[in-house]
Amino acid sequence: MEQPRNMLQKKQSWRNTVEAFIPKFLLICALLSVFTTVGIILTLLFETAGFFEKVPFLDYITGTTWTALFSGDQQKFGVLPLISGTLLVTVGAAVVAVPIGLGSAIYLSEYAPERVRQIIKPILEILAGIPTIVYGFFAITLVTPFLRSFIPQLNFFNALSASIVVGIMIIPMIASLSEDAMRSVPKNIREAAYGLGATKLEVVLKIVVPAALSGIVSSFVLALSRAIGETMIVTIAAGSNPTFTFDPTSTIQTMTGFMVQAAMGDITYESLSYKAIYAVGMTLFLFTFVMNMLAQYISRRFKEEY
Amino acid sequence: MSAEKTLSKEHTNQQTSSSLRNHSHSSSQVQRRRGWNYLFHALFLLATLVGIIVLAFLLFDIVKRGWSWLTPDFFENFASRLPSRSGFKAAIWGSLWMIGVTAPLTFILGVSTAIYLEEYSKKNWLSRFIQLNISNLAGVPSIVYGILGLTLFVRILGLGSSVLAGSLTMTLLVLPIVIVASRESIASVPSILKQASYAMGASRWQTIRHVVLPYALPGVLTGTILALSRAIGETAPLIMVGAVTFVAFTPENLFSPFTVMPIQIYQWIGLPRIEFQQLAAAGIIVLLIVLLTMNAIAILLRNKFQR
Amino acid sequence: MSQQAISVDNLNLYYGQNHALKNISMDIDKNSVTALIGPSGCGKSTFLRTLNRMNDMIPGVKIEGQINIHNQNIYSDQVHVEMLRKNVGMVFQAPNPFPKSIYDNVAYGPRIHGLRDKKKLDELIEKSLRGAAIWDEVKDRLKDKATGLSGGQQQRLCIARALAVEPEVLLMDEPTSALDPISTAKIEELIQELKTSYTIVIVTHNMQQAARISDKTAFFLSGDLIEYNKTEQLFSTPKHKQTEDYITGRFG
Repeated sequence: MEQPRNMLQKKQSWRNTVEAFIPKFLLICALLSVFTTVGIILTLLFETAGFFEKVPFLDYITGTTWTALFSGDQQKFGVLPLISGTLLVTVGAAVVAVPIGLGSAIYLSEYAPERVRQIIKPILEILAGIPTIVYGFFAITLVTPFLRSFIPQLNFFNALSASIVVGIMIIPMIASLSEDAMRSVPKNIREAAYGLGATKLEVVLKIVVPAALSGIVSSFVLALSRAIGETMIVTIAAGSNPTFTFDPTSTIQTMTGFMVQAAMGDITYESLSYKAIYAVGMTLFLFTFVMNMLAQYISRRFKEEY
Repeated sequence: MSAEKTLSKEHTNQQTSSSLRNHSHSSSQVQRRRGWNYLFHALFLLATLVGIIVLAFLLFDIVKRGWSWLTPDFFENFASRLPSRSGFKAAIWGSLWMIGVTAPLTFILGVSTAIYLEEYSKKNWLSRFIQLNISNLAGVPSIVYGILGLTLFVRILGLGSSVLAGSLTMTLLVLPIVIVASRESIASVPSILKQASYAMGASRWQTIRHVVLPYALPGVLTGTILALSRAIGETAPLIMVGAVTFVAFTPENLFSPFTVMPIQIYQWIGLPRIEFQQLAAAGIIVLLIVLLTMNAIAILLRNKFQR
Repeated sequence: MSQQAISVDNLNLYYGQNHALKNISMDIDKNSVTALIGPSGCGKSTFLRTLNRMNDMIPGVKIEGQINIHNQNIYSDQVHVEMLRKNVGMVFQAPNPFPKSIYDNVAYGPRIHGLRDKKKLDELIEKSLRGAAIWDEVKDRLKDKATGLSGGQQQRLCIARALAVEPEVLLMDEPTSALDPISTAKIEELIQELKTSYTIVIVTHNMQQAARISDKTAFFLSGDLIEYNKTEQLFSTPKHKQTEDYITGRFG
């Protein structure tokens, strides 16, 4: 009788050590993203708390004058001008990007022949990969002069130009996320409508867009969150004059614009101006955090089950 | 007169309700519906073309402005107060240094995280929490990473506004991109291949090392390259970390002060003379060529190994 | 009298609430072909996978009872599942070669188990490829990608890959279901040759195949082992009504 082979034999011990060590190492790497989040929140909280020891919270959220980089008594920390500037740019970007992005998504998902799609998709990817500094340059050298030839009273630094270019920047994001949502609508639902004699437009508007609505809306929210956090375009093109206004032709400053301006100036780590960067950063973080959660909620909560 | 109108309207309504039987009327209705379809087809196409037209304008304008400045001097000179003596050397080397540090870090950390989440983690609160973190981090504005970098790396760890501080900040910023792409790629490895490996007595790590990773590598590399091209183009976080100073030298080590291409471009944009705008355009041409090359490599990799 | 290779004793398997295998007890002979048949979802594949513990990786699986292979309880804590699987090889439903060269596919197992010697590896690979009756077809292109082979060749390569770790038991999970009739015939012929050196357990949805190639056949239905007997007897004079219904094609 043949001696049965032993299945109890130990493997080399170094191999067991490797097998035991690797998941631990990988877990530590994975936890880094948790630490990053914790780091961001703690960093912002700590200095923001210091900021609110000096500046009353109510003054911060209701004040309409922001002169954080002035000295002494002239310093005023009313954040509303920065928020109005940010919202002005974001709303303007939405006006540009939502119809164009959605239109492109519909075209690519429903109308475009496969060959055209294969040409346009990479172009949109390139557009999405262009650094914001390039868009900023585009805004002041091309878009602003172009707009000023129509609107002579337009300031050189203005919210309008910045918001148009921020809108252009987020078009690929809306187009590609919405297209994904629309393409995941199953074919048989479309075919049912075509079978009843619907035109393509009717299928798009009555079947595909409603079915993909959660994905489409969440792409809007994500893109606008991106617009809120956008920095270089607004820093270059919108100016650095915090003004509580909703007039798109005026020079304004966004939350991100202030942070850049402050970081580039000569301020000491202990000063109130320095702490103001964190307070504004916290405000910005909260805005984008809420919008990202909202986008996730929309796409999960209203997900169509096919 | 008005009675006649009402009558004819009623007549029309009747016709509509029986339009299936009434051929001439139903065909005009179909004509109208198709007309709308054509109109919107054109509008949707136009919307798609906006992006392409903008891209064309942008590229044309930048090349027109910057082309003549792309001389050998441009690559050999440092920044200067005189446009004619200004160059991109410090910025190019700074970007290279930064990517040299960021690339291996993001690759190792990103792939490790992806392997953990796809191959090791159980579906429990911890893995869900890690995933929630990653998807939220992907949406945090880059300037907020800059604040983290400024506080943690520049001040608390005392690295100053150095290559290392900037690279570490960039690593955290682009890590979610690598993680998401790597996870997708690892999840696409057919389970029958993994089973074949296990069935021969391979351990989990051996299976990952010899089956999963080779199969997923093209996707992982594509994601890493795209993440790095994001890192090369980012400006705001490095401004926060303090990389905006007058730098007229290449970095000597990880602790040297540095500048990168987008920051040098930003500084030129801010200077009043027209020549500096042209220098900025020349810098943008270099930056875009680097990014397009990286994108092309990523797309080639993806197409070559797409299964 | 043939020797026992595997002995299964009161095996129960649960997927969460689902009782997928119920009180299975059976002995499997050494150097023979044992076929497992039954309608889809009857538990035959699940049973096969308990023999090399491939079910361990599925979350929520609970296994009770004993399986002894060569008098070692393979579910004992002291058994190294890697060593078990080295002794109990497996061939899958669809050919699943790695996207590597033919050589590297067969060398995968031996390398995993620590064989580095190039000469020994070459010998082992030739032996395994010959064993799987594919050596003559691939000997001149060992460096080519395995995914370029035909489906039938790929499946024989996968058998060679399984043989290369020198197992004693070979589990086959519907190994011909994705193949054409000619390739199927080749694999069936190969199985007959292999049983002189290996104990083979094969799941098949094809009753004619079970009748053609196996020495014993086990009929599973809804997680129960209904009947287990010599193949000729099971097909000619089934003892149970359900077996008869199944083999005469009245259900399944």
